[in-house]
Amino acid sequence: MIRLALWLLGALLLAGVVHLATVLLLPRMATQDAYARVSGIAPINTVIAIPPPTPEKALMPFMDPAFQVSVCRYDLSQGPLKFSVPITQAYTSVSFYTRSDVAYYAINDRAAGRKVIELDLMTAAQRAELPENEEITAADRLIVASPTTTGLIVIRALAPESGWIPAVRNALAAAQCRMQ
Amino acid sequence: MRLLFGTVFALAIAAAVGLGATWMALTRGSAYGGVNIGAWTGWPKNGTLGIDPYARATVARTGELPVGSGDGVAFYARTDDVGLPLDGRCDVLLSGTTPQARFWTITLYNPEGRLVANSTQRQGFTSQEIIRNADGSFEILVAPRARPGNWLPTGGVEKYLLVLRLYDTPIGMGSRTGSEAPMPSITKRACL
Repeated sequence: MIRLALWLLGALLLAGVVHLATVLLLPRMATQDAYARVSGIAPINTVIAIPPPTPEKALMPFMDPAFQVSVCRYDLSQGPLKFSVPITQAYTSVSFYTRSDVAYYAINDRAAGRKVIELDLMTAAQRAELPENEEITAADRLIVASPTTTGLIVIRALAPESGWIPAVRNALAAAQCRMQ
Repeated sequence: MRLLFGTVFALAIAAAVGLGATWMALTRGSAYGGVNIGAWTGWPKNGTLGIDPYARATVARTGELPVGSGDGVAFYARTDDVGLPLDGRCDVLLSGTTPQARFWTITLYNPEGRLVANSTQRQGFTSQEIIRNADGSFEILVAPRARPGNWLPTGGVEKYLLVLRLYDTPIGMGSRTGSEAPMPSITKRACL
């Protein structure tokens, strides 16, 4: 009886290990995560419009249908990126995700405080390599450091009413994401 | 012999319980770390680098992108205020106000996160589209059949959930309890 209880205890401890290991490993193993889904339609370092979600088809679950969305799948291995998007009348935001879909930074039009949201995206190592004298100009240059070499920049612009959609799309079409 | 039997037994149980626990945690939507306000639950931390491992695994499995914390916060409601699951064959009244935000949207999804088809092509409202009362509060009737005012069609689906997204809002990391944040109440009315 005691022997059985010991085996059971061991089994449960092992179950805990299995549980934690699968939870921690799943984000690395997932083949249908948002990054993978975006990779199917978006080339590297290019802004691509994501088709608005419909009941029949949506690139990702839980997309907000009131928003027009564009995405830049970035790869910083060749150097930093320059990103810019003109803001729209209502609301524009730019969110940054790591390769494993973790949102590490997001900024909206009001926080940016200009007609165009402009920033430089680089890895921590590339930022450290910035020459000293550029630090002075860095004050009016927004620098975002990516924790991973690849990831996603997601631009979301709200069309508060359906009549706004063409204007919002136009603004997003002017978004740029390219090597310096 | 006994050792072999014991090992196989232990490994089988470990695999079944361990994988079962993972599956449960990722599909049932772990409630921990969330901010509960009435029937609504939000996970502001999921939009930051501080996202917990369970939420990371869930996001990897479903393929969604969480709303970044500098962008906004999403609140999910799967039940009404008394805890009954939202049923698309019933009339449900949303009424009240939202926490402070520059814009908000409310959207109806099926449990898999897809929009629900209906004859009017309406899947939600934005804060700008909504018809409000004189005091700024609003009422949305989530119902299978056409209603006057703010009608959000359910398409008659059995299960659905509502997502209220607040954009450019001070609500987030700071408010753990959320008791000071007014969220719309969810009341079930007649069913078909």
